[in-house]
Amino acid sequence: MSAIICKELCKTFRQGDEVITGLDRVSLAIDAGEFVCLSGPSGSGKTTLLNAMGGLDTPDSGAISVGEQRLDTMSKSALANLRLNHIGFVFQAYNLIPVLSARENVEFIMQVQGMPAAQRRALADDVLAEVGLAGMEGRLPSELSGGQQQRVAVARAIASKPRLVLADEPTANLDTHSAAQLMELFVALNEERGVTFVISTHDVRVMGYARRLIRMQDGRIVSDQAQQPQGMEPA
Amino acid sequence: MAGGSGVIVVLAWRNLWRNYRRTLVMLLAIATGVWAMIFFSALMRGMTDQMVLNGLATLPGEVQIHHRDYRRDPSVANSIDAPSGELLAALQQPPVEAWAGRVRVPAVIASERDSRGVTLLGVDPDAESELGSLPEQIVQGRFLADSDDRGLVLGASLARKLDTELGKRVVIMSQDPQNDVADRGARVVGIYRARLASTEEQYVYAARNTVQGMLGIGERVSEVAVSGGDYRRVDEWAPRIAAAAGTQLEVLTWTQLDPFLGSMLAMQDGFTVIMMVIIFLVLSFGLVNTLAMAVFERVREIGLMQALGMRPSLILYQLLLESLYLLLLGLATGNLLAWLTVKPLESGIDVSGVAEGMEMMGMGTVLYPALAVEDMLMATAVVVVLGLLASLLPAWRAARLDPVRALNKT
Repeated sequence: MSAIICKELCKTFRQGDEVITGLDRVSLAIDAGEFVCLSGPSGSGKTTLLNAMGGLDTPDSGAISVGEQRLDTMSKSALANLRLNHIGFVFQAYNLIPVLSARENVEFIMQVQGMPAAQRRALADDVLAEVGLAGMEGRLPSELSGGQQQRVAVARAIASKPRLVLADEPTANLDTHSAAQLMELFVALNEERGVTFVISTHDVRVMGYARRLIRMQDGRIVSDQAQQPQGMEPA
Repeated sequence: MAGGSGVIVVLAWRNLWRNYRRTLVMLLAIATGVWAMIFFSALMRGMTDQMVLNGLATLPGEVQIHHRDYRRDPSVANSIDAPSGELLAALQQPPVEAWAGRVRVPAVIASERDSRGVTLLGVDPDAESELGSLPEQIVQGRFLADSDDRGLVLGASLARKLDTELGKRVVIMSQDPQNDVADRGARVVGIYRARLASTEEQYVYAARNTVQGMLGIGERVSEVAVSGGDYRRVDEWAPRIAAAAGTQLEVLTWTQLDPFLGSMLAMQDGFTVIMMVIIFLVLSFGLVNTLAMAVFERVREIGLMQALGMRPSLILYQLLLESLYLLLLGLATGNLLAWLTVKPLESGIDVSGVAEGMEMMGMGTVLYPALAVEDMLMATAVVVVLGLLASLLPAWRAARLDPVRALNKT
């Protein structure tokens, strides 16, 4: 069963008088449980495609579905609900809420979902332990290292058990060791929970973890290949 | 708003203190504004109270009962029987605190040197004392001893104009019910002083029974004055007196008897609201700026919350809640400050330096600020309602942010 289906997606942006092509007739299908990397140079359309898959941005034309739901025809409110309940996000800049502790950041989505306090607190603590942050639940983001902050962001993304996790350059601000730990965590979550991962990156070390590598250039898919995961390769 | 209401309560409160210096400055501004609203309302209320109460002193009573034609023709022919039966029972029930029947007729007073048109008041000194309507200050002689006293009490200014004095005899003349002249000579037993010279020149006091005897009207009176305490609440109990008085008598409140004086209250309320709104409008620039800055600094964060699935409405509520916290803290501080500064001044502020101007406004030389719960509630309502309205635009703009652009903002 397909987790994501894109058909002839097009997206352009205006930058002054210039029209920039973000996506140029992109079509692909990603099955549930896949571990996919989108690679390509800056401006190749990786983030635009990821934003379209997450319902953060709407394509100018074409169709996109996540599960059974057509994103390109949904209202903003319905898209917000889809993101809240079915999609986990991990961003390049850790993007935690600075006034909330690690635990509260992880609880955030569950709290917006309306989960009872005791249940979400227990879940948040479990997930933080799972990503190796046991004992740091009460720390504010400013009291955590970059790697630890990104782990909190991952914990937040997976705590509510989404079907799909979209990660945009998740290792860009991490050192090699932290990046390897994060990717191994992604692989474990993919294998143990069956969560579908779509990761955009131009870091070849990250691409080594993917079972499917999609290369993009100028808004188009230039190659789409299955591969044998090899783990972190030397840069 | 159920899902996520908990998180926005926490987020709004913590975000408020992220830039605590800015929050404290804004808090101080709101508290000062609220203090100013309440302080000036208390001054204005105190001034209005004095003006109205001074005006009521010449009516007097918050309610008056007359013959239906008395106001058109205040002659003795339009007098009424002393209260009895149902009306008397109504006058003896709370909130009525005091009442007095009096004869009030136009008259002419003549001394050896001069004569003047006056209003002759035939009063029962005990009942008028309870009503609080006796002259403010007897400067010579005494007031009337009882309802049978044979003397007259004149205002100091009238005595001067008549060129008469304490102990001298004067003649008082009026008309009886048959339109014949009714007159009698009487000795001046007291000279009173009032706040206004015109009051001293207009009213001449005589004992009620003496005046009734002179006019030949038995126990009939021109009017019954009734007092029930708070003059602002007269409309609550006046209808009951009117019902008991029946259709033959006219029962009027002080606002109906003196519409100008009544309009003072409405004017005070209007000025209070206008002043509060003006003070708040000045404040609102600071408030909107504070919130706009808070949104500007947190664009990425707002984008992140939207990306994570927080509905725009929750973001709107969160920012409004942040504004509400600020407003409520400012209100609490401002109300406390106002209470602490106005309460000690309620015993009076000496404004004798501008006594002449105050007298022209019908006020004394001491101003008594009056702190009222309704003014504090009004200030609270104005600040909360207008504050949230002013916050709506920056909050709405934040809720409308595009998550992709917001996340990419550097």
